[in-house]
Amino acid sequence: MSADQTLLKTPLYDLHVEHGGKMVPFAGYSMPVQYPLGIMKEHLHTRDAAGLFDVSHMGQAYIRSTDGSDPAAAIEKIMPGALQVLKPGKMRYTLLLNDEGGIEDDLMVTRTFEPEGTLYVVVNAAFKEKDYTILEEKLGDQIVLEPLEDRALIALQGPKAESVLAKLAPEVADLSFMEATMVTLEGVVCWVSRSGYTGEDGYEISVPSDEADAFAKRLLKDEDVELIGLGARDSLRLEAGLCLSGHDFDGSITPVGASVTFALGKKRREAGDFVGSERILSELSNGADNVRVGILPEGRAPAREGTVIADVDGNEIGKVTSGGFGPTLGAPVAMGYVPTAFAENGTEIYLLVRGKSLAAKVAGTPFVPQRYKRKTV
Amino acid sequence: MIKYTDEHEWIVVDGNIATVGITDYAQKALGDVVFVELPEVGASFASGDEVAVVESVKAASEVYAPLTGEITEVNSDLEGEPALVNSAPTDGGWFFKMTVADTGELDGMMDEAAYNDFVAGLE
Repeated sequence: MSADQTLLKTPLYDLHVEHGGKMVPFAGYSMPVQYPLGIMKEHLHTRDAAGLFDVSHMGQAYIRSTDGSDPAAAIEKIMPGALQVLKPGKMRYTLLLNDEGGIEDDLMVTRTFEPEGTLYVVVNAAFKEKDYTILEEKLGDQIVLEPLEDRALIALQGPKAESVLAKLAPEVADLSFMEATMVTLEGVVCWVSRSGYTGEDGYEISVPSDEADAFAKRLLKDEDVELIGLGARDSLRLEAGLCLSGHDFDGSITPVGASVTFALGKKRREAGDFVGSERILSELSNGADNVRVGILPEGRAPAREGTVIADVDGNEIGKVTSGGFGPTLGAPVAMGYVPTAFAENGTEIYLLVRGKSLAAKVAGTPFVPQRYKRKTV
Repeated sequence: MIKYTDEHEWIVVDGNIATVGITDYAQKALGDVVFVELPEVGASFASGDEVAVVESVKAASEVYAPLTGEITEVNSDLEGEPALVNSAPTDGGWFFKMTVADTGELDGMMDEAAYNDFVAGLE
């Protein structure tokens, strides 16, 4: 049996193949890394118009409590975001923490309208089994986890995402960033959120698996929409300065080290009522030993994951955790960890790429401005 | 005379100087080229040595010296316009020129027809 046969397929697998997707193994699935357009043009198309991404490999699940209480009360013990305060249709980016305050994964948590008192979570493909296990082991007597195996997830990202989707359902234009609602699209009831992971405005649409192919084809009829593969998804999220779980952080790194303290709710910090809070609160006050920073190499050579970061004297101070070429910037971009003393923007560092020491600077992220549609009040 | 390696390099020999690049098949497989690290003029390589690196948006790939010899010239146009590797792989997107120390090394390489058959077998 070839390795291919053991890979799972998303409901859009045939669509990817029909459109010339170059299929590669990813997180146990056969996924398109790029289409004939190529990563560069797919990336730029998403920044200019609208890209359609199959993210059905990610894990979708409902979480309910076993006793009718708010399930957020239980999961806040292992996630540091303010989740109990979420009203129906509101969502948060949050983190799944281990007992030491390290980040096991990042995820989106949304309060649904119905079933009442339910949370809807989307977790990373590579870690869904691990995440579900952690939730079951830590909270199994308080929550019921119901993976939604019969749903596809489609992301439509880019400045034209709103106009494209609003042709099918005008009400999606009323959503602000990190809001979600139930919408009937082409006769199909979908769960639509204004969110994504490209730095662009856009939507994630949870569709019943058996309707996904027809729905994606309907979107692709729009001249503003192109299919986009994992390659451009990675370069887009890197330019947006967004972390890739398992690469830009792992269970050894806290939200402070990973520079994602925005995911710590203010009241949650004050209460310190989550696992690992002692270490996290201490790092908030005193700083973490090493922190994630953006890096702009000076030349054209990309510095990939694992590249050694050195100080001006040539001493190794850290490693690149994500790196590549940013098509919007037309230049290489990277993220990595350095001691706090080197974390200030503009700090000169060196990247050891294939034995050569290449000049670079610590830089703020995002590298490309995020264009989320927030409510203007 | 044009020859091909099974690592998807092409070699055009003129006298004792060989011009080397990567094939159309290779550039398509790599995707958008964003950076090419070229060897130093004057550096010597043995056949099979890593001589250059071509980076696409997604990944870096090594290019191996197809012949033993010394680098006499590199294509400096690639510094400013690495995408030439995609748009003109067998023309303006050449990588480097090197001396041919032993023309016998060319004997085992594929000609155009054999390379086309080789590539067809990969698809």
